[in-house]
Amino acid sequence: MSTVRVDIHKLTRVEGHGDIGVLVEDGKLKEASWEIVETPRYFEVMLKGKHYTSAAVLTSRICGICSIGHTLASLRATEHALGVEIPRVARKLRLLAKHGETLQSHYLHLFFLAVPDFLGAPSAIALIEADPELVGVAARLKRLGNTISEVAAGRMTHPVSLLVGGVAKMPERTRLAEIKAELEASLELVKKVIETFATLEIPEFARETEFVSLGGTEDYPWIGGRIVSTDGVDLAEADYLQATNEYCTDGNTSKWTKLSRESYAVGALARLNNNFDKLTERARQVARDLGLTPVNHNPFMNNIAQLVECVHVTEDAIRLVEELLDEPKGIETMAPVEASAGRGVGAAEVPRGILFHDYEYDESGRIVRANCIIPTTQNNANIHHDLGALVEEYVKRGANDEQMELLCSMLVRAYDPCISCSVH
Amino acid sequence: MQYLGIQPKRPKIAVFDFTGCEGCELQLANKEETLVDFLAAVEVVAFREVMTDAGDDYEIALIEGAISRADEEALLRQIRDRAGVVVALGTCACYGGVNRLKNTFDLGEANREVYGDKPKETSEVRAVGDVVEVDLAIPGCPVNKAEVERIVQHVVLDVAFSFPAYPVCVECKQRFNICLVDRGQLCLGPIVQAGCDAPCPTGGRGCWGCRGPARDANVPEYLSALKEKGFGEDEVRERLGFFGAFEGAVG
Repeated sequence: MSTVRVDIHKLTRVEGHGDIGVLVEDGKLKEASWEIVETPRYFEVMLKGKHYTSAAVLTSRICGICSIGHTLASLRATEHALGVEIPRVARKLRLLAKHGETLQSHYLHLFFLAVPDFLGAPSAIALIEADPELVGVAARLKRLGNTISEVAAGRMTHPVSLLVGGVAKMPERTRLAEIKAELEASLELVKKVIETFATLEIPEFARETEFVSLGGTEDYPWIGGRIVSTDGVDLAEADYLQATNEYCTDGNTSKWTKLSRESYAVGALARLNNNFDKLTERARQVARDLGLTPVNHNPFMNNIAQLVECVHVTEDAIRLVEELLDEPKGIETMAPVEASAGRGVGAAEVPRGILFHDYEYDESGRIVRANCIIPTTQNNANIHHDLGALVEEYVKRGANDEQMELLCSMLVRAYDPCISCSVH
Repeated sequence: MQYLGIQPKRPKIAVFDFTGCEGCELQLANKEETLVDFLAAVEVVAFREVMTDAGDDYEIALIEGAISRADEEALLRQIRDRAGVVVALGTCACYGGVNRLKNTFDLGEANREVYGDKPKETSEVRAVGDVVEVDLAIPGCPVNKAEVERIVQHVVLDVAFSFPAYPVCVECKQRFNICLVDRGQLCLGPIVQAGCDAPCPTGGRGCWGCRGPARDANVPEYLSALKEKGFGEDEVRERLGFFGAFEGAVG
């Protein structure tokens, strides 16, 4: 009978440091593990004593890829604690900044981290020669994401214009008009990407799990709202602790979470599974064309879910830019803010899934206690359990060491883990 | 590719990440309009975040992140032995960055608070230069890709690079911004190293000093000016300590 061994120290083409260990002896699974070895960072401790104006600047630094998501969850928590209602136009600007980040992050993951496996290349750099047209399209789409965030939030990585109370300023109209034109043009470019993805061979695999995300009432959810799951959970944002149930394990520097089962999944596939009918018609059609309908339990389909979200977000960003262009000149983008004691929770759907920030402030507006629960933290246990099921399935199909190593790596990459985040 | 009849070097570069957010590495993959040229000017032999292949033969090591565990220190020393040039990339590598805020807390208590009865190995946060010799420090949280490109151009053409001697305040004026300090916001622009093109004050938020002190900055004089303008000592201290970049620069 077969013996299969996979031992990967610091998996490549993921954000941060994680190890995969698999051992199959005589056709029997002995071990399949996903372990986070990234150095722990202690942000919740560092937040203590910080002024409310510093919290989002600090927590942005939890993640270089989803810093806008962290900033928005942080601001929302602070604004809930201080009882601040931000202006309507600021909500639109924040969502636009967020859409830019989603595009940038999803395209980065799809082209630079995930696709090389499907095309048999060690990196996107190697693809520059093999398929320059595809790399060119990828670079242009990713740049559009960066530009949108830059226009709406001043900078893509570690945004500068998103402040407690709103957004520092309205973007220049010429720049809004530019990104609108580029967004419209990108809907054509995306067609090439969809064609390419339609030819990719997505590994056959499914393990039933619980998908947790925000639930949209009218729109596909990105900032705030109720917490829902495919197992029927429905909780208020402020009750996130009942949804996450974080706990420590011996080896991992990331915590694990659980809800109705031993683990659950968050991210694009979870959002889509819970909110399929809130996608734009065009995005739903792309999903159907690529074989993705809810509830889909194949974690490799998270790649496809990210592409579907890119289509949705592009269309929604066009709508937002049009609305922003209609706003009168000199409209107020900031609400007044005053320090006060209180506690607030902020949830946001960031590229890798649902994110929670929770702060308690004293009367001088300084943080007494902080808690952040990260998407990848929530996915780590699910990845671990998926690995075991994947290995058992593919041992039956006769996979050798090399094939198993690639499949396991692709599974972890499909979750688009952000490990630095998960050990915040 | 030749420039003025000179064949530029194509140095072998490796990228490594330690304690940090990997945002500076991400900048290397940004500025997509010149990305293909950037990648043609250097030979990337190891970059775990985007490449599966990894080589040990490199001349320049770009180090991202601060050092906060024994295995990180050991790996950093190994890299120093292999690389001709070690570059600290970003504020975490140059100064420790926001990670340094951890050093003001008791590590045992911090561990208990975050991990309960399953504490993890961690040590005091240090900058790369506190552990090994650094040949070039590129600050920024995150680094400015345009500046990184300028530095790489100098390296491949064998020309010495120097950072601007003036502070962020000058770059902010060049962008025709209304002074935030005059509008009542705290800003460290007059004492912070330029080269970022002042994105923060341009975006409506004062400079937080991620790039560290400007070469000829008169820090004590600016602090007394801020005091005169009514900014509180706590606020100014929190700002200066935020990225760990002003340790030693203020009394």
